Amino acid sequence: MYRYDEFDHAFVSARVEQFRDQVQRRLSGELAEDAFKPLRLMNGVYLQLHAYMLRVAIPYGTLSSRQMRMLAHIARKYDRGYGHFTTRQNIQYNWPRLSDTPDILKELASVEMHALQTSGNCIRNVTADHFSGAAADEVADPRPYAEILRQWSSVHPEFSFLPRKFKIAVTGAERDRAAIQVHDIGLHLKKDENGRLGFSVYVGGGQGRTPMIAKKIRDFLPEEDLLSYTTAIMRVYNLYGRRDNKYKARIKILVHETGAEELARQVEVEFAKLKDTELKLPDADIQAISTYFAPAALPNRAEGWGNLARWKKADPEFARWVQQNVQPHKHPDYGMVTISLKPIGGIPGDASDAQMDAVADIAEEYAFDEIRVSHEQNLILPHVALADLEPVYRALVAAGLATANAGLITDIIACPGLDYCALANARSIPVAQEISSRFGSPERQAEIGELKIKISGCINACGHHHVGHIGLLGVEKKGAELYQITLGGSGDENTSIGEIIGRGFEPEKVTDAVETIVDTYLGLRRDKTETFLEAYRRVGPQPFKDALYGGSAQEAA
Amino acid sequence: MVDKVLTANRLADGISVWLDASGNWVESLQDAFVARHAEAVAALEATGKRSFDENKVVDVNVVDVEEVDGTLRPLRMRERIRAEGPSIAYAPGYHGLSGPKFAA
Repeated sequence: MYRYDEFDHAFVSARVEQFRDQVQRRLSGELAEDAFKPLRLMNGVYLQLHAYMLRVAIPYGTLSSRQMRMLAHIARKYDRGYGHFTTRQNIQYNWPRLSDTPDILKELASVEMHALQTSGNCIRNVTADHFSGAAADEVADPRPYAEILRQWSSVHPEFSFLPRKFKIAVTGAERDRAAIQVHDIGLHLKKDENGRLGFSVYVGGGQGRTPMIAKKIRDFLPEEDLLSYTTAIMRVYNLYGRRDNKYKARIKILVHETGAEELARQVEVEFAKLKDTELKLPDADIQAISTYFAPAALPNRAEGWGNLARWKKADPEFARWVQQNVQPHKHPDYGMVTISLKPIGGIPGDASDAQMDAVADIAEEYAFDEIRVSHEQNLILPHVALADLEPVYRALVAAGLATANAGLITDIIACPGLDYCALANARSIPVAQEISSRFGSPERQAEIGELKIKISGCINACGHHHVGHIGLLGVEKKGAELYQITLGGSGDENTSIGEIIGRGFEPEKVTDAVETIVDTYLGLRRDKTETFLEAYRRVGPQPFKDALYGGSAQEAA
Repeated sequence: MVDKVLTANRLADGISVWLDASGNWVESLQDAFVARHAEAVAALEATGKRSFDENKVVDVNVVDVEEVDGTLRPLRMRERIRAEGPSIAYAPGYHGLSGPKFAA
């Protein structure tokens, strides 16, 4: 893992003390709210419906056990005993007191964490494939580049007041697990024909009220040009991005209005000026950062194969969990474990302080002290020996964290929605809970297979509904909640934006509607190997519309 | 005229509060002062502005309510959830609040 150097420590500590002074001045009345609000936002402090909310950055979703224990401690000491892991690989606390936030940030700084740039019109936390550095299908670990981008973008004076917020995601595998095509910049780390590392660069993706799939503007950017090319993109955006209309200020609108070809040309003009400047990344610097992310020395543990077969035979529940929540590791004696934060009928992404402590303990004992947060709101142990899967499973069962549903219909993404969020129009969590309960039977989930449901409580789409195989968007209509359904979205290497299927559904009817969609899929799929998304792409929306609306006039409403 | 109450979030801890008849900010909507005519609403707004300027509260708003069987109920779902808390059992020992539920 990356470790802070002296500069990082001094910088983060100075920011904590600066914020402490700002909070004190606000509480004493010396600073007015209008002056203070942008300052608190720069430090991750929002005001929600019931209380303040603190969003803590988890760069590229990577945590150590020590850091996870600190997150648990903060939940216990300063909040109500839990935290919420988000689709941005961050964690949010829903009940901190403003007066406590400087102390919270100081405690975070002691484990090399902060809340900087988790809000505001700046470059936000850089996200990455949650299986980075472990996945069998990976070309190279993308996190060193995410860290380089983090260092470069932290309080970057030129890019701290952009037209709008800016999100970068990186992946190092062909299979995109970081949803890079719905980010402002998506970077796909790969090798060219000569074995050199570089990136395919995608620009202008995003969700929100105007969902757009990013355009590829560079097929191969050598790794040493990462910062100069990214700076070139940012300069074009900073210059031409719209500041007159908040809803048209993201780079996706600029790309759309300018055209990808012309925008790429403008970027190339800037890049030509920057290419051979101090922004060129020296190989030594890339290597130095990469050293921090060097994989743990994983000893051969071939005994795990036999043990695993025996354990699976003895315990069908364990076998189901391995089948669903353990993915192949680049080392054949290891696996990547998904710790589901989606208990049946539970709140997606929430974890109690005790659960966070349990994960920290398990990671320390069995997983080389490394934990990830996925954008699908689960936790990951990226390096677990097959020989240790059984004790890891037992420990997860004891902590209430062994739900075997990764990638299944109950592995639902949901934003906080109207239960917490000041921007929301409708609730998300209760919808997720009811769908989860309806489909909670392991047999039924297995029969349905891979199906991603994503729920947002407003058009800002924090719940990624646009890229849900089934997406649900909560709106307010005549003072009541209504849920619009989209089908066919996907946030992987074949990204697609879901299509609105018809009129929305009232809260008490939305789970039935999802069940109708699922039953329709089960009735028309070619065989069990054809997933929901594949089937939808084959047959289109009509069979689902017919099943939901019976071809009635209501559909058009 | 629709009945109205004054709500805000307390500056120091952000907790949702409502203005009562004594001019105090209280944590229960049911203790709020209800304005039933324009002059009372104007007084609420003036008090809200003063409290904001005195750095007691932030995000001050007048919201519509109705009285049902002696219980105040905001007309908008957003304000009902602000008043009652999250509708979900979000933490150990907390079981969500009564009110509009999903069918499960």
